[in-house]
Amino acid sequence: MKKKRGLTSCIKEFWRDTILTPIFVIGEVAFDVLIPLMTAKLLDEGVKAGSMAHILQYGLTVVAMALIALLLGALSGRFAARASTGFSRNLRRDMYENVQKFSFSNIDKFSTGGIITRLTTDVTNVQMAFMMVIRIAVRCPIMLICAWALTFTINPQLALIFLIVIPILAVGLLIIMKSAHPLFERVFKKYDWLNNVVQENLLGIRVVKSFVREDHEKEKFGKVSNEIYMDFSKAEKIVAFNMPLMQICVYACMLTVSWLGANLVVGGQLTTGQLTSMFSYIMMILMSLMMLSMVLVMIIISRASAERIIELLNEESDLKNGPDPVHEVKDGSVVFENVSFSYAKDPAKECLKDVNLTINSGETVGILGGTGTSKTTLVQLIPRLYDATEGRVLVGGVDVRDYDMEALREQVAMVLQKNVLFSGSIKENLRWGNKEATDEEMVRVCKLAQADPFIQEFPDKYDTHIEQGGSNVSGGQKQRLCIARALLKKPKILILDDSTSAVDTKTDALIRKAFREEIPETTKFIIAQRISSIEDADKILVMDGGRIAAMGNHQQLLESCEIYREIYESQTKGGSEDE
Amino acid sequence: MNKHMKPSPVKKSHTVRRLMSYVGRGYGLRFILVLMCILVSAIASVSGSLFLGSLIDDYITPLLAMDNPVFDGLIRALAMMACLYLVGTICALAYNRLMVVISQGVQKKIRDDLFGHMQELPIKYFDTHAHGDVMSVYTNDVDTLRQMFSQSIPQVINSLMMIIVAFIGMLTTDLLLTGVVIVCIVCMLTVTRVLAGRSGRYFVRQQVKLGDLNGYIEEMINGQKVVKVFCHEEEAQQGFNKVNDALFESADKANKYANILMPILINIGNVQYVIIAMAGGALALSGIGPGITLGVIATFLQLSKSLSNPISQISQQLNSVVMALAGAQRIFDLMDEPVEADHGKVTLVNVSFDKEGVLHETTQRTNLWAWKVPQEDGSYKYTRLAGDVRFDHVDFAYEEGKTILHDISLFAKPGQKLAFVGATGAGKTTITNLINRFYDIADGKIQYDGISINDIHKPDLRRSLGIVLQDTNLFTGTVRENIRYGNLDATDEEVEAAAALANADDFIRRLPQGYDTMLTGNGANLSQGQRQLIAIARAAVADPPVMILDEATSSIDTRTEAIVQRGMDALMCGRTVFVIAHRLSTVRNSDAIMVLDHGRIVERGDHEDLISQHGLYYQLYTGAFELE
Repeated sequence: MKKKRGLTSCIKEFWRDTILTPIFVIGEVAFDVLIPLMTAKLLDEGVKAGSMAHILQYGLTVVAMALIALLLGALSGRFAARASTGFSRNLRRDMYENVQKFSFSNIDKFSTGGIITRLTTDVTNVQMAFMMVIRIAVRCPIMLICAWALTFTINPQLALIFLIVIPILAVGLLIIMKSAHPLFERVFKKYDWLNNVVQENLLGIRVVKSFVREDHEKEKFGKVSNEIYMDFSKAEKIVAFNMPLMQICVYACMLTVSWLGANLVVGGQLTTGQLTSMFSYIMMILMSLMMLSMVLVMIIISRASAERIIELLNEESDLKNGPDPVHEVKDGSVVFENVSFSYAKDPAKECLKDVNLTINSGETVGILGGTGTSKTTLVQLIPRLYDATEGRVLVGGVDVRDYDMEALREQVAMVLQKNVLFSGSIKENLRWGNKEATDEEMVRVCKLAQADPFIQEFPDKYDTHIEQGGSNVSGGQKQRLCIARALLKKPKILILDDSTSAVDTKTDALIRKAFREEIPETTKFIIAQRISSIEDADKILVMDGGRIAAMGNHQQLLESCEIYREIYESQTKGGSEDE
Repeated sequence: MNKHMKPSPVKKSHTVRRLMSYVGRGYGLRFILVLMCILVSAIASVSGSLFLGSLIDDYITPLLAMDNPVFDGLIRALAMMACLYLVGTICALAYNRLMVVISQGVQKKIRDDLFGHMQELPIKYFDTHAHGDVMSVYTNDVDTLRQMFSQSIPQVINSLMMIIVAFIGMLTTDLLLTGVVIVCIVCMLTVTRVLAGRSGRYFVRQQVKLGDLNGYIEEMINGQKVVKVFCHEEEAQQGFNKVNDALFESADKANKYANILMPILINIGNVQYVIIAMAGGALALSGIGPGITLGVIATFLQLSKSLSNPISQISQQLNSVVMALAGAQRIFDLMDEPVEADHGKVTLVNVSFDKEGVLHETTQRTNLWAWKVPQEDGSYKYTRLAGDVRFDHVDFAYEEGKTILHDISLFAKPGQKLAFVGATGAGKTTITNLINRFYDIADGKIQYDGISINDIHKPDLRRSLGIVLQDTNLFTGTVRENIRYGNLDATDEEVEAAAALANADDFIRRLPQGYDTMLTGNGANLSQGQRQLIAIARAAVADPPVMILDEATSSIDTRTEAIVQRGMDALMCGRTVFVIAHRLSTVRNSDAIMVLDHGRIVERGDHEDLISQHGLYYQLYTGAFELE
């Protein structure tokens, strides 16, 4: 069992700053106490006594002290900034590191918006709270205790009054925190939702605009926005009791001290001067408590955030390397043994049912089937993007779960149906396939994928900038770049998931020809809609309802499989008439 | 290049004014109430401490002189104080809670305005800005306002009050020494301006970097499958670290300058105290200063203390104020992005024929539409919506100098099916982007029912066009809601009929909750082809006179496609259809096929014509077979 990760490990790198901050703060507080003592002397012994010598003497002392206090204060501020922003940087880094390990079901659990909120808004909250804690939450209690200790030196009985207030204050604060916390938890969940709505709109803006649904979207957004408003207001309204509560406690003390103090003075147990200083210490206590209440508000808010961060840090990926993983993929053979799969891990919702399949290394496998017959699901099990619910998938004779995931995926290149390019140059995108690829290699694979001709037409050629998601290249160009990127990996298994759908038939044929001639030893899985894309494959699988309905080569299937024949005829009818 | 949302060099005062205008709108009264409550609570606390001073002199000391002390006076005084404190505390509670409403209300209003404005931005904006960066404005930048409104503003106002009280006290005590204080205050303000300015610059940078980070995470999580397939986790992490480090650097500097301010101001206050004591002492002792006595100096020194305390309190709030201004600047930058230009005056209205066969506008749903064209004399002319689209020598470039389309001329008569084929990147999608004005071209070059599309009110133009796009985007919600997106008034039967037409009904019924199955993450639980079927159903339920199908069936198997196509053909009978496809079976039965190459129409005609021409179409069509 892995130890539950907390936030403290992220402070470690900045422990020096984290410790120095309160130390300097303590120094600062010392001067905060000393300087008023000195200025009081300056007033009493210098000004009131009319002694210029004393004014000079104490004045210079105060100036010197002020300079030191300034230095200490500046240093504490400096270190506090570093400690807290460094802490949050490390938090984000560790969180992202863990997100990288997530399986898709992990990501779905948090949602993209949820992950983003946690890495930004929540971390910012924690960072602010942390900075306040190491500065103000150190400063105020010290001031508070100093002031309280000083009231003791004057009159212990009066000082004890504060003890009565403490439990009242504590209970009050506890109630505030307890009732506000679940509300803040809700608020941040709404933030995730907000992020998701905005993201969805950014992605689908063309749909929104073409259906003229701007008002509909505004309404949808307004709902989230309003819920955040409601919940946050409710939560903060509770928190707003914080300061008045502290005020009323201190004021109550003040009145009690006045009354009892007056009696003591009359009784001769206390001088009026002592009572005056008693009052000034109470003011000090009030000030510290007020500042502390601000910190407290921040802590209440950030507690919900911190929990959300910890939740993300401790999320364990569904897909993990087994003990003692295999690092080498022997060959490109693929075997499915009684494989069933369900995204929901629910046998009733299986989308692959009892699939058995043996593919030899170097074979080309075509996969054909209607919409929603789990073609994509089938191939996604090979690079272990998901784990089979039942049965096992073997690559190179070894169960995919026994491989080191990275080693397996290095050898299994997959061109996804939904191709994604990243913002950056064409070269940078290609290098995803192989970091050390030389320019020549890149040109070579682009020629194989028939991408070189159009790249050469761009003014910046291979340095052309690709926008996020590849929005500035056409669908077919995107597909070919993605194929080139996969080829750079020199994989033992290459999977093309309907990745030439936007490529014209001629180019498609050229790509397949290149595959046949240039990478004959690579096992190739080709999912396609066009029979022409797969008819020369060694094996063709016809999928239907999550099962393999038929398997064979083109000729065999034409003879034996009705689905296949129907598809073939529907696709060639028009064409053959014209030839 | 992806554009960052660059901070514009607007004046801070301008940002503050705009922020305050948000408070003024809708929360003006409440804000005045808040100010009054703060005032009362400040007065209560100031007079409370003044009262405390007089308590000893006026109430306790006299008791000492009495043989038989009567506490009545003291009790009355304490009761009065209690009342004062109570009023103060109630006011504090009131303004704190009111401020929550104002703060959250303003944040909500800003978010809603942001979103409303964003919906009006041109497509180009979305194509060129990182999505995560935009998302960051809604959360991180708006969030900076929270701290400022709920804590800083009350605190600053409170402190300002105390400063004013102290300052008036000084003016009435001694003018010369007040001069010394003014010099010190000028010093403080200068330091504050310099440091806050520097800190502000870094806070702006911090918010920009936070946006970058947001953008990076968003892009990478969207492409997580690719990251995994390519074992790119380490590089993705390195990329993240780079953005993260940049954020750290600016955040560190911003907070550093903000944190340093407080000790500087406090100690300038201390030095001021000493200067007053020395100057005053020297003046008094030497007798040069007229009217300056030691007593005056003593009083003055007390006042200077009560002046510098609130100043340091203000400085403590400074970093949240500066940060909020940085956030606000980014918010207003997004709000100032120019919206999609729309000068169209022609609108789309429901019409009916009267007995003489003349079109009349009606508010009923007649399924008969007409363009309402304003005439110069103020009257309107009605042109029946037919779906006649003409391109007249259209050139287009997304970026200056990189022309994508050259001299495109074409026409589609109502009821025709027009197809665009051509190699990838030939400019097919661009043509459709122009028809619905996602991108604008010179006036008059594209005509719709004889009207220049630039004259048509954009929403009406788009309402008349149904589009199924290459990249399918579904929204979080049930399947039914997603299909109904095409026509919000559609009944359940209409939704299901549209789904049946798109051949989606079958698989939808097999989903766990049928039409009520929730779709999340852009329909992550569906296959690509199933998503396309839903998108087609969505367009079908809109029932528009003109339909654009941009690779709408690319992920659907050919058998299903044939069924979908039959349904669509029935639906679109008598209406205009533009089809873009690579799969020639999709385009074969079109009335006219345009073959595009490098942004030019190189061939046109129907399938038979083009095959007999033995040109590019013929090659594309037979290419696969030729190679063997």
